[in-house]
Amino acid sequence: MVVVPVAVRPAERRVRPHGAAAARLAHDGRAPGGRVYVRGVGVRTWIEGWPVYRQLTGDDPLGRGAATQSKRSKSLTPRTVTADRVAKSVCPYCAVGCGQRVYVKDERVVQIEGDPDSPHSRGRLCPKGSASEQLVNGDARLTRIKYRAPYATEWSELDLETAMEMITDRVLDARRRGWQDADERGNKLNRTMGIASLGGATLDNEENYLIKKLFTAMGAIQVENQARI
Amino acid sequence: MPGLGASFGRGGATGDLQDLSNADVIVIEGSNMAECHPVGFQWVMEAKARGAKVIHVDPRFTRTSALADTYVPIRSGTDIVFLGAIVNRVLTQERDFREYVLAYTNASWIVSEDFQDTEDLDGLFSGFDAEKRSYDTSSWQYEGSEHHGDDEEDTARAQESESGHQLGAGGAAVEHRDIRRDPTLQHPRTVWQILKRHFSRYTPEMVAEVCGVPTDVFDEVAEAWISNSNRERTTALVYSVGWTQRGTGVQYIRTGAILQLLLGNMGRPGGGIMALRGHASIQGSTDIPTLYNLLPGYLPMPHAEKHADLATYVDQIRGQGQKGFWGNAESYVVSLLKAYFGDRATAENDYMFDALPRIDGDHGTYGQVMDMLEGGKIFGYFLLGQNPAVGSANGRAQRLGMANLDWVVVRDLVEIESATFWKDAPEVETGEIVPEECRTEVFLMPAASHVEKEGTFTQTQRMLQWREKAVNPPGDATSELWFFYHLGRRMREKLAGSTDPRDRPLLDVAWDYPVHGEEQEPSSEDVLKEINGYDLTTGELLPGYTAMRPDGTTSGGCWIYSGVYADGVNQAARRKPGREQSLHAHEWGWAWPMNRRMLYNRASADPDGKPWSERKALVWWDEAAGRWTGDDVPDFEVTKPPSYRPPEGATGVEAIAGDDPFIMQSDGKGWLYAPKGVVDGPLPAHYEPAESPFRNTVYTQQQNPAREIYTNHLNEVHPSPPERGSEVFPYVWTTSRMTEHHTAGGMSRFLPYLAELQPALFMEVSPELAAERGLTHMGWAHVVTARAVVEARVMVTDRLAPLRVQDRVVHQIWLPYHWGQGGLTTGDVVNDLVHLTLDPNVHIQEFKAGTCDVRPGRRPRGRAVLELIDEYRVRGGVTMSTGTVAVTAEFLDPDGRSRAEQADDGAVAAGEGHDDEDLDKVVSVEHDIRSRPGQPQQHGAALRVLEESPRSGPRDGRDRHDEGRQG
Repeated sequence: MVVVPVAVRPAERRVRPHGAAAARLAHDGRAPGGRVYVRGVGVRTWIEGWPVYRQLTGDDPLGRGAATQSKRSKSLTPRTVTADRVAKSVCPYCAVGCGQRVYVKDERVVQIEGDPDSPHSRGRLCPKGSASEQLVNGDARLTRIKYRAPYATEWSELDLETAMEMITDRVLDARRRGWQDADERGNKLNRTMGIASLGGATLDNEENYLIKKLFTAMGAIQVENQARI
Repeated sequence: MPGLGASFGRGGATGDLQDLSNADVIVIEGSNMAECHPVGFQWVMEAKARGAKVIHVDPRFTRTSALADTYVPIRSGTDIVFLGAIVNRVLTQERDFREYVLAYTNASWIVSEDFQDTEDLDGLFSGFDAEKRSYDTSSWQYEGSEHHGDDEEDTARAQESESGHQLGAGGAAVEHRDIRRDPTLQHPRTVWQILKRHFSRYTPEMVAEVCGVPTDVFDEVAEAWISNSNRERTTALVYSVGWTQRGTGVQYIRTGAILQLLLGNMGRPGGGIMALRGHASIQGSTDIPTLYNLLPGYLPMPHAEKHADLATYVDQIRGQGQKGFWGNAESYVVSLLKAYFGDRATAENDYMFDALPRIDGDHGTYGQVMDMLEGGKIFGYFLLGQNPAVGSANGRAQRLGMANLDWVVVRDLVEIESATFWKDAPEVETGEIVPEECRTEVFLMPAASHVEKEGTFTQTQRMLQWREKAVNPPGDATSELWFFYHLGRRMREKLAGSTDPRDRPLLDVAWDYPVHGEEQEPSSEDVLKEINGYDLTTGELLPGYTAMRPDGTTSGGCWIYSGVYADGVNQAARRKPGREQSLHAHEWGWAWPMNRRMLYNRASADPDGKPWSERKALVWWDEAAGRWTGDDVPDFEVTKPPSYRPPEGATGVEAIAGDDPFIMQSDGKGWLYAPKGVVDGPLPAHYEPAESPFRNTVYTQQQNPAREIYTNHLNEVHPSPPERGSEVFPYVWTTSRMTEHHTAGGMSRFLPYLAELQPALFMEVSPELAAERGLTHMGWAHVVTARAVVEARVMVTDRLAPLRVQDRVVHQIWLPYHWGQGGLTTGDVVNDLVHLTLDPNVHIQEFKAGTCDVRPGRRPRGRAVLELIDEYRVRGGVTMSTGTVAVTAEFLDPDGRSRAEQADDGAVAAGEGHDDEDLDKVVSVEHDIRSRPGQPQQHGAALRVLEESPRSGPRDGRDRHDEGRQG
């Protein structure tokens, strides 16, 4: 596994106006919100606590960034900053292949953001790509094997070892039952028609390679994928 | 992608997304890029900001239209007429890029005098065999090479085994040495003159009548496209699944390719054809295919009759006397067999070529479903991140097919509909699937997500990008790499010691992948290295496919990907920031072939090797240095000068002249006319979609005569004119996707954010249609076809403008197809409406146009759904033979063969037989798929003829069915 240290972060700050504005705010010494009732400097600080004042005098006239930051939002830390590491990845939805940065803390994905280094996506993600943290951590995610026996009306559970053993037996059985040595004219067929497969387009090239290799070796030709659909 | 493959030599997008910013005009047709490829669309906006004109042609006004300069509403299924009329204008006004056309295309080549065009045969090309529904292509060949054509048997075979798909990495084989040319283009049988005659009836008036596009709007698009295609300017064409998911999709793409060649836009900055793929690694899954008809690198799967041994197989791929890099096919094949079988593959045993299984017909996913329905052929089914219960055409056939299997293994992130069909499919509600009687055993296995495994995706511009692993998969979730490695290991262990020759390939396959960690995960990097290939004499990784050898001294799992691990470096994992590189960013990821980002870029220079213009320079010949240079890796032999002419008798790479930019084509040229490689015609012709409310007014021939039809009672096709009954289904439906959901919904309907953003299935209708059918905004309505009834909320919007076609108004209904019964937002399965009529080249279904009726209110429930469908069948006279006519002229001729004869002859997959006399009545079938313990279900009860009220039918049927069950 290759990881990138979190310390290198200037680039992703540049992507998001909010992040950039927030960063500027944190460093330029201007005081954000907070009422301090001290004469002189205190009054000025107090006035600067007003978003409208900051809008009129600062570089955020539309009030879409630093000017509107509250005391509470200033106290928040982005999950991207506290992550232990970042993995460089690629969005799994459409075929544009936007660069993703996957932030990990305590061995759990805490945030997924666009990668500003990507030459063709330039840090952007669409609603699906932006939601992909939920694809990884969502409540609906399966973590155990579900098994439906013939004629059963409910799921039951299987452990991984048992499931693999049962599937291996069924594949070998279906392979043999559907085997064809030759056609009527004696042309070699060397194949089984007992097994079919349909794969999605979120499989890796390496996975597709092994799938095709194994199916070809076992004589199963009916391997298909989403590209046909 | 034979549309691109047959035209240019490779079936992939020709440039990269960034290059769209170099365009002067961008035409987006058959794609809603702003919503379906939103982040890629930034490059269109970049071009617009630099002054480019953006044109969007689509049935529905979308966010792409909103951002375009010109939006053209078009009737779904008529793009060939629209584009054909632009081709016609280019040819008749001689506004082509003549120097480019003469040097880089087959315009001046002379075609056999036996060739007859659709102009001569009223919508058919010469060589059509109505009984086989396929063409004998001998007459399509160039003069002097007629014997290189395929007879109709060959074409039928090519069609079944989808040889067109093999054009992913190379054009079709033709003998080029004897071809006669006429550089003046005056000979009546030059490709140029044939094209001119062929497209002559595609006029602006025809566009208005067929597409519903007014003449002035057409003029604006044609003028923008043509006047922005020359030495100084280029136009880019963008299409997506709006073109590919058609019964004639390959020919749509061919029309775009012809236009881009005539206008000299191929291989040049801001030109080309951007084929936007729909999913993360669709390009990858055809490059390294999980497809029945291909081996990696677009090598064909061996065919039982055609490929008796390795030598025959290799000869067929490289052709005779053919130009180009397919001349080295033997090296690619032998290297693959070495990767598959390692030391077991030797010269003495033909590198174990004999061990490979053979195909001999259509074994595609829809043919498989027909076999599942029939029963007794397919026993087990793997679904790997795929949800056909929702995502495939005719969902009812998909689910009923799965309910007729012994076992299904579903590997996915969530509990998708394809895993739960036995308990909550719509067919459970109608009583067609009874859980207690459904024998299918289901293993639902949790899969690893994209951040829980490492590996490469190949995105839309042929670029491989490596993903690092962020965390381990949760619980028992595993990657496909893990699953298939261990499945193979277990099978081999169980078969160890077997003496059965059938088990030899499985025992001999090279399967010794080292595993790592507690999870025993194989390494994706090891597999990627195997794909790249090794020099077996030194153990070093190959620098690229040109280093592959035919003598067994090299290995390589996918020749077009060779070079991805050049210098021992994972090139796909390179991530030099884009802002530190040129536009094409050669140090980000790796693109096949050989990291070339812009295919055919030799054509960006003139025949002498000089850029056509300073403004559009990309790759050029540097005389002093003696090499090609520029802003991209040359898609050409880097030291072959423009003046090079091959010696007499040269073949393969040596035969590519210095001005042959299409190096994977068997003649080095871009194909305006395709004598081979496309099974339904050397030129595109407009046919109406398989279901249409309109008569074809371009030719007598109504539908694509070579379309592929599955005859099955679950898949009946509506009548189209001139058959009677089409008025029962007066509207056109079209489907597509949304920004916030993804395909069959498994990756979106289960996510709270996305479910909230698009919380319900809906249909878009025009205010006029709403008034005509009494539909109310936000109310319910249901769409009816002979396959299914689907309900959805109604959105009344002028995004779907009614069009005036053939002097009457046609209404179109649009639905997104992402819904099913699972997830946080649920809805009916829109793909249930769709019939299976397939493009004969690629076996892709027609998702984008069909006919239907729409009614206000919610749909009926339970068995009443089937009764409603039957009612429509009765009214429309829908049978298994409607819509199956091959040759319309014969159907119209009272002395010709009957519809039944044609249907019987043409049925690709045999369904229930039917008698002549039944055809004037209406045939209905009890949908009985219930399995009984211990007995594989044979699908379908006997045919019943409904003569009286349709309502009495199903009730009778149910009674009989109940008796049958008790018996």
